[in-house]
Amino acid sequence: MTTAPRTADGPDTAELLALYEEMAVIRRTEKAAHDLFLSGLVKGTTHLAAGHEAVAVGASAALRDDDYVFATYRGHHHALARGATPEECLAELMSRASGLCGAKGGSMHLTKASGHMLGSYAIVGAHLPMAVGAAWSARLRGTGQIAVAFFGDGATNIGAFHEALNLAAVWKLPVLFVCENNLYMEYTPIADVTAVAHPAADRAPAYGIPGEIVDGNDVVAVREAVARLAGRARAGDGPGLLEAQTYRHYGHSRADPATYRPAEEVERWLKHDPLDVARGRLAELGVPAERVAEADERAAAVVQAAVEAAKNAPAPDPREALTDVWADGGARWRT
Amino acid sequence: MADVITYRQAVAEGIAREMRRDPAVVCLGEDIGAAGGVFKTTAGLHEEFGSGRVWDTPISEQAIVGAAMGAAMTGMRPVAEIMFSDFLACCWDYLANEIPKVRYMTGGQVTVPLVVRTANGGGLGFGAQHSQATENWALTVPGLKIAAPATPADVIGLMAAAVRSDDPVVFFEHKGLLATKGPPAPPDHVVELGQAAVLREGDDVTLVALASMVPLALTAAERLAEEGIDAEVIDLRCLVPLDAMTVLGSLAKTSRLVTVEENPYQGGWGGTLVSIVADEGFGLLDAPVRRVAAACVPLPFADVLEAEVIPTVDKVVATVRDLTTY
Repeated sequence: MTTAPRTADGPDTAELLALYEEMAVIRRTEKAAHDLFLSGLVKGTTHLAAGHEAVAVGASAALRDDDYVFATYRGHHHALARGATPEECLAELMSRASGLCGAKGGSMHLTKASGHMLGSYAIVGAHLPMAVGAAWSARLRGTGQIAVAFFGDGATNIGAFHEALNLAAVWKLPVLFVCENNLYMEYTPIADVTAVAHPAADRAPAYGIPGEIVDGNDVVAVREAVARLAGRARAGDGPGLLEAQTYRHYGHSRADPATYRPAEEVERWLKHDPLDVARGRLAELGVPAERVAEADERAAAVVQAAVEAAKNAPAPDPREALTDVWADGGARWRT
Repeated sequence: MADVITYRQAVAEGIAREMRRDPAVVCLGEDIGAAGGVFKTTAGLHEEFGSGRVWDTPISEQAIVGAAMGAAMTGMRPVAEIMFSDFLACCWDYLANEIPKVRYMTGGQVTVPLVVRTANGGGLGFGAQHSQATENWALTVPGLKIAAPATPADVIGLMAAAVRSDDPVVFFEHKGLLATKGPPAPPDHVVELGQAAVLREGDDVTLVALASMVPLALTAAERLAEEGIDAEVIDLRCLVPLDAMTVLGSLAKTSRLVTVEENPYQGGWGGTLVSIVADEGFGLLDAPVRRVAAACVPLPFADVLEAEVIPTVDKVVATVRDLTTY
């Protein structure tokens, strides 16, 4: 693999294989979350990102390690892509003390601040202005960092989306808006409730922002598109918007069997699975199938070990409920 | 140094002192730059610090407070202005769901050292959507600190503490006090958040007030003194942290409590304070607790109607007089 040729402007085979393995880890982590929920070990709800792996992994591959990432309640893939381990994530979902957020956040709020992944937010669209602020901060501090907000198609119809795009454009900030358009705003087709065909990309021109559309199930295409927009933003040319077309393999949340999606649509998208697309690219590059199988095996082993470790981790100390409100670590609000 | 300074000047001076001290302090808001703010509470900042640190924004309250949050999480100390406190409703998601919760729900991974400043309160005839005292809105959300100064010196001292705080602070500047004058603050003046001030000592009754209700309570106390009623007046200065111990300490002496609140009786901050007194200071009381608060209606426009709704000196005097005969 060390002598593998680079593709024209894409990753070399070693890097592509690594991206594939990252996606495989995410897919298996989401499957584990699903199974653990059904077995009663995950409470509340989960919004699984299986099917969206290429957006997180492709984008992350195009970013600097110190670039900021803000995600939504469907954000497991972004936490994993920015350095959270499957064990940390699954432990959080399973209410364990070893969870990413000490079991105070849960599935919808996975955060890996040490990896500059500054949170998963469960109020639709709320984090777009935050990403604008992080980009503003990066510019004020002169660090060359950029900020990226990942969001769903549904977020394009909320006010914060529009306020964020306008302010980012007016202040010409190094921020990317990456829409994961999976065609459904919860249970409703996004096309039924949106005035334009491409809910994110068609809005970008109104703010003077370049809006691109990309195959969100092709990790290489996502990586290239994000690299292009990130380069522009980092060079001082302002924000960019990318609408990544993708599809979720599960329903909106655990309560949703997604019966509203036409069978032929589901079938069409499942045939365009991001892992399959990456496998196809690896095959084109001449990577032997056994190397891909080895990556799958490693991913499976990592996630299996994570499940076992999370299961065996202790519950949080109940006293932790009264910590972490204030920066001094406490919760004291009165004398 | 001037002999006196207005509350309005004190806001700009308080921010300027922190901006001189710490390059991480930046301001954003509507009309705050060259215009100096619609209330002129940021006058001079743009001239002194330039457009790199004082940023005019569109009318986008969510973007203002959301961007302040993102900047605060990444190494800056933003001071965001929401022009009228009524407009906090336009960005309430950030104050209710995002800013006060992100530290907790990430298990302490991030901090949000920001200040949201806003012009609060009535008495100026601005009508129902520009006159509210909304400090009680913020009090409903664990995770926000709340300051509401009554004097120019406290504006500067509390601003210093708010900007230096690693926790988010909602800073209520009272519109009715902007033109009032007081002694300037000494250099490096910091008033720690959560320390009430006993402004007038008395043995008969404790009046607890905030912001513009503080001078009103002091005036009422002078009137009551003429009737031989000796009122102690406490300026809470902050709602969170709430200095309940100073109030309880005063009640040990006076045994009578009247809160003077501009926010509505319904859900007003006095309800929280009084519940603490009922829990922990019941034995100190010789009479029922009274709350002089705004009537539970929208703020009307006409002076004569507005005065009917919000506390007045007469209402405080009458309430205290009744209470002392209990």
